[in-house]
Amino acid sequence: MANLESVSDRPMSADHPEHSARLEQAPQARRDSGSHVYLDHAATTPMLPEALAAMVSELAQTGNPSSLHNAGRRARRVVEESRERIARVYGARPSEVVFTSGGTEADNLAIKGLYWARQSRRAILATSIEHHAVLDCVSWLGDHQGALVQWLPVDSAGLLSPEVLRAAVERDPGNVALISVMWANNEVGTVQPIDQLAKVASEHGIPFHSDAVQAAGQLPVDLAASGATALTISAHKIGGPVGVGALLLARGEDPVPVLHGGGQERDVRSGTLDAASILAFAVAVELAAERRAEHAKRVSRLRDSLIDRVRAVVPDAILNGPEPGEYRLPGNAHFSFPGCEGDALLMLLDARGICCSTGSACTAGIAQPSHVLLAMGADRSRATGSLRFSLGHTSRQEDVDALGAVLGEVVERARRAGRS
Amino acid sequence: MSGGVDSAVAAARAVAAGHEVTGVHLALSMNPSSYRSGARGCCTLEDARDARRAADVIGIPFYVWDLAQRFAADVVDDFVAEYARGNTPNPCLRCNEKIKFAAVLDRAVALGFDAVCTGHHARLVTGAASGAPRLARSVDLAKDQSYVLAVLNRAQLGRAMFPLGDSTKEQVRAEAAERGLAVADKPDSHDICFIADGDTRGFLRSRLGAAPGPIVDHDGRQIGRHEGSFGFTVGQRRGLGLGRPAPDGKPRYVIDIEPVSGTVRVGPAQALDTHDITAVRPVWTGCDPPYDPIEAVVQLRAHGETYPATCWLDGDSLRVRLHSPARGVARGQAAVLYAGELVLGSGTISERLDPKDDGSTLSSH
Repeated sequence: MANLESVSDRPMSADHPEHSARLEQAPQARRDSGSHVYLDHAATTPMLPEALAAMVSELAQTGNPSSLHNAGRRARRVVEESRERIARVYGARPSEVVFTSGGTEADNLAIKGLYWARQSRRAILATSIEHHAVLDCVSWLGDHQGALVQWLPVDSAGLLSPEVLRAAVERDPGNVALISVMWANNEVGTVQPIDQLAKVASEHGIPFHSDAVQAAGQLPVDLAASGATALTISAHKIGGPVGVGALLLARGEDPVPVLHGGGQERDVRSGTLDAASILAFAVAVELAAERRAEHAKRVSRLRDSLIDRVRAVVPDAILNGPEPGEYRLPGNAHFSFPGCEGDALLMLLDARGICCSTGSACTAGIAQPSHVLLAMGADRSRATGSLRFSLGHTSRQEDVDALGAVLGEVVERARRAGRS
Repeated sequence: MSGGVDSAVAAARAVAAGHEVTGVHLALSMNPSSYRSGARGCCTLEDARDARRAADVIGIPFYVWDLAQRFAADVVDDFVAEYARGNTPNPCLRCNEKIKFAAVLDRAVALGFDAVCTGHHARLVTGAASGAPRLARSVDLAKDQSYVLAVLNRAQLGRAMFPLGDSTKEQVRAEAAERGLAVADKPDSHDICFIADGDTRGFLRSRLGAAPGPIVDHDGRQIGRHEGSFGFTVGQRRGLGLGRPAPDGKPRYVIDIEPVSGTVRVGPAQALDTHDITAVRPVWTGCDPPYDPIEAVVQLRAHGETYPATCWLDGDSLRVRLHSPARGVARGQAAVLYAGELVLGSGTISERLDPKDDGSTLSSH
């Protein structure tokens, strides 16, 4: 297979005018004009040039995909072909793809829609490490819509055991409206045994939803093969644009809509379909699938190199989540640094041109302990003293080296700043 | 960067002066409201956004530092505790002393920064002999904030920057507009930043509960009752709720608040006259500690009048003898000593002497 990495543009390529100037600058002197080393691909990743080109060309076209005339039908065709392309990759039928504005909306539609559709059943089972788009939905249904919420515990690596799920379900299986377990965790990279978990749900006729936002593009995500009822996919995590995603929803499931309106997406999700974004989404999905195995291998190697470097430079750093292997996302490394605050580390790395995250992008800004780490049994100081490094299709060994070059000094300083 | 015009222009000036600047918004409220309603309150989410946008325009990195818990303990709880003791605190003093130039400064220095720069209206001038920075009033005397900064010690001043001290407020706003900062027209925040609705009494009532007690006259006779002594400030005339005027027909003022019994003492204006003040925890930045008496001009509340006085250190306490009496001197406020525009030092007022013949001392509890 050709080396397709060269096709992708880096966030700041080596021939950018500022590139060499940056390298010569003292680490402290920096204007806020963009990053040199991007290690936050789990937050978002550069758009694939092919997806961008497709999107730009479609943006120049006019037509509402719901219109009956030829301009509308042209746009509609773009949407339907994209739907087929995405369905094919994810083991779904075209009618099982519901386009949304992204992962959060798809999660909301799955959780709220499926709960509301199940009139008599009240219980929702979800893990304690779900993304906030699932967590907060479930909590809200518990607080305001009479749901009986049960948070499924995970072990110290973040894994949910099928036996734990089974025991929870079998307490009152006739009352469970929905189970939601994310395929791969966005913070610590834990990959759940989704097919085993989905099997427990299907044995009891309970809908099983999985937020596959982080898994798509790195792992073989497949609706039919997994046995799940519903999967959430987000375009911008796999090289497509921000603002579009999909809920893959097995036939026969009729969620109550979150968005009512013109009746698009078989009355499940109203709103004018964004043909340009959907086309770019399909292009990204296909390329990601084509390249997935190679990408996973390449990025795992880089990630393992990163883990080795971190451990060499900061011997007491703690890797959170499973050791590299089948239960860890290929591109994810997550560490706790004793004696440090995550946001001090982040700021110090940021000043040295390195972008990473203290947790998920959504909760960044104010120091909160990671609910994922707390659920895995970490104490509060470990849950606030962590960094997530995530690699993507543009990541290079130089990125790992750049991190390794400054991390020791950064951790030193952060330790001096201590904990407040 | 609070989201206000002063800190935005201060940051811009620091950049223009060639410093490497990072903008930090302090999240100080445990429950920040989303929107800024007019001039009251501070550090809402909208303020954070305004600060972020200012940092964008200026071209500097921007972060939010969450110091809500420290602020609650060091500033808000202290504010409440002071009122419970019958004192009248100025929380801006504690915030500068404990948060802005302590918690924030310590963290900044540990992370490799050299100084904390704020939009306070004040100046730093280099001491002729020592070369150490000294604090001085801003050129805009109406906006001057040297009073609330006088609580800072030498080490803290050595790591502070106040770029706005040589400008008036109007000049600062004009500069903000010139620089394309949207906050140029944002109203200044008044009153206490953590009491957004301006109802200090209500806030204290919710924290301390209603604590009714007697209102007594200057001779100790009970003449009324109140719902909570913490609603009163020494020197206050309005809101006493007494109904009947004093026998001599003159207005009555709060002379003293005794928190344990909840007794509020009122009396005529002359009873407020204070000649002698004792202040504790003195800080000296503009002169050597005055074991021998010095002449200075003293300011006893934010934006208050100044009084010529003789001052000296008595052990660990600062003694201030005013040449002519001051009124409305409240325990808990700062006594700041000036020589012209220059801050010499300050202390927290702990006692004031009532110039009655019996020489009785109304001391802090």
